[in-house]
Amino acid sequence: MHVLAAELRLPTNWLDYLILAIYFAVVLGIGFAARASVKTSLDFFLSGRSLPAWVTGLAFVAANLGATEILGMAATGAQYGVAVVHWYWVGAIPAMVFLGLVMMPFYYGSKVRSVPEFLLHRFDKPAHLLSSGLFAFASILISGVNLYALSIVVEALLGWPQWVSIVVAGFFVLAYITVGGLSSAIYNEVLQFFVILAALIPLTVLGLKRVGGWDGLTDTLTKQHGGDFLSAWGGTGIGDANPLGANWLTIVLGLGFVLSFGYWTTNFAEVQRALSAKNLSAAKRTPLIAAFPKMFIVFIVMIPGLVAAALVPRIGLEGSGLTYNDAIPLLMSELLPNGVLGIAVTGLLAAFMAGMAANVSSFNTVFTTDIWQKYVVKDREDRYYLRFGRLVTAIGVVASIGTAFLAASFSNIMGYLQTLFSFFNVPLFVVFIIGMFWKRASVKSGFYGLLAGTAAAMANYFVIYKQGVIAIPTDQGANFVSAIVGFVAGAVVMVAVTLFTAPKPEEQLAGLVYGTRSPGMEEPPAEGDDAWYRRPALLGWGAIILAAALYLPYSL
Amino acid sequence: MSDVQREVSELERKSATAARLFDIRRIIGGLFTVYGIIVTIAGITASDADLDKAVGVNVNLWTGLGMLALGIFFLVWLKLRPTAPPPPPPASEDDRQPQR
Repeated sequence: MHVLAAELRLPTNWLDYLILAIYFAVVLGIGFAARASVKTSLDFFLSGRSLPAWVTGLAFVAANLGATEILGMAATGAQYGVAVVHWYWVGAIPAMVFLGLVMMPFYYGSKVRSVPEFLLHRFDKPAHLLSSGLFAFASILISGVNLYALSIVVEALLGWPQWVSIVVAGFFVLAYITVGGLSSAIYNEVLQFFVILAALIPLTVLGLKRVGGWDGLTDTLTKQHGGDFLSAWGGTGIGDANPLGANWLTIVLGLGFVLSFGYWTTNFAEVQRALSAKNLSAAKRTPLIAAFPKMFIVFIVMIPGLVAAALVPRIGLEGSGLTYNDAIPLLMSELLPNGVLGIAVTGLLAAFMAGMAANVSSFNTVFTTDIWQKYVVKDREDRYYLRFGRLVTAIGVVASIGTAFLAASFSNIMGYLQTLFSFFNVPLFVVFIIGMFWKRASVKSGFYGLLAGTAAAMANYFVIYKQGVIAIPTDQGANFVSAIVGFVAGAVVMVAVTLFTAPKPEEQLAGLVYGTRSPGMEEPPAEGDDAWYRRPALLGWGAIILAAALYLPYSL
Repeated sequence: MSDVQREVSELERKSATAARLFDIRRIIGGLFTVYGIIVTIAGITASDADLDKAVGVNVNLWTGLGMLALGIFFLVWLKLRPTAPPPPPPASEDDRQPQR
């Protein structure tokens, strides 16, 4: 990651700062207003499992819509063109629908408080401890990435020294999560979702107008980069060269299946939002409601990226003075007058803080309920764990500040995150999918599958790719391949270990494996949940069909 | 039921979120109404330089009106469908203890 170019300094005035100040005040206000609702540790970590589906659904999409995602996906658009749609339509929607329709009954119905806790029930303590530890470690790392990215963006755009924005953003996240818990984090995410839309929609419209509409944009880019730049699947035949460095098989398997399912179905920062829903129907609808905004957000992220590529043909290359990550900040400074500019700055800062808060609020849950309560200080009263959760939140924020500088060595923030996810989520996903669908998968197979998958993905990325044993054209392409390698290694090891070790007794698998049900899960549907537009199957299949239809204009 | 399920069910019964957490629609509605007014005013008083920068579009005006509409939408929704009162908690030993 390079420091943003100095000429991106935004011409902010008092009006923009007023808008920003109002937002910060509201963020803190939400935290303190939510304080009264935190009575038990379950309130603090999972909002007492009581939020409505539209709130958890928007928080689900906003937790993913951090600023690293926004800047990173616009960067991917500027670098690779329309191919960025793969991260949304094949790389998110199917996995979100799968989570809602297939996996959520097991997650929500078994009453687990976290993703690792599910592994404890399905497998054993080693698997649980390993996944809790990996998750806690990854959350702090990713939270640090967010904070570092925030500091360099704010320095470039507003001229604040890096340490100021790190301390200020860290303080706000610390304050509102420590006080208000997950409810506060989720409410702020919902708010951030709307602010970011209010920032990106005007930017997209003005950007398109600037380059002569969609036709003007495609004409310019076709001249500069060739027709494949504006096609989702162009040049992705096996053996063809394309800017992404990946073929259709690695896109569908690596991104669409392994990476995407790993991220969306087992990343606790996401799943936690669904677990805080008020009943099973709302939990199932959480990722399904999120799928609809998710599939359209690509337009307001990709188009600014493409416009930046059209305006600055050499963006990202030596001598342009701009990196791909500058795409959105560049358009902000070129196009937005004071007022909307303040909204955009607020949206960007809000997205940074929400991205960090999602990681911190899932980290504190896993660290408290999965590590501390189960292995270190057991069987204390609930108030103790509530207090400890607040303390761990503070520690998590401080640790994030400490790790903020690890992000410095990658030029594309997204590549860095994807790399991390391929190491931490993919093996977890393989263990989940086999554990949920194969009754015979033995108690011990979970731990070894997780270990082997993680080790294999890391070995593939750091040894085979980075040392150049096998040539893979780009970091992104290497991520897809590493993910597939991790998945296959995890699956093979799980099957092998299962053949030689004892299965879990059938009666202990109730509600954890496909074809079984949790005792006590048969709750009557809440009033109004039988309305046709709330039917999970309709929402889920509707999302899949719509995402497939969206591909058509970019595939022909 | 396993121990953890029992523990979570117990906590769920004692949870205060459903009863005490405020409605987020009020905050979204309030913030976007305020933002809408501020940005719309900036649009009404836009200078020629502002218009030139935004390729001739009065972007503050349109964005402001859009945000105002969203804010009012949330306030109206809240008015028409107020927060449902939480279901009365099942009577048990704990519930009869005085609230702290």
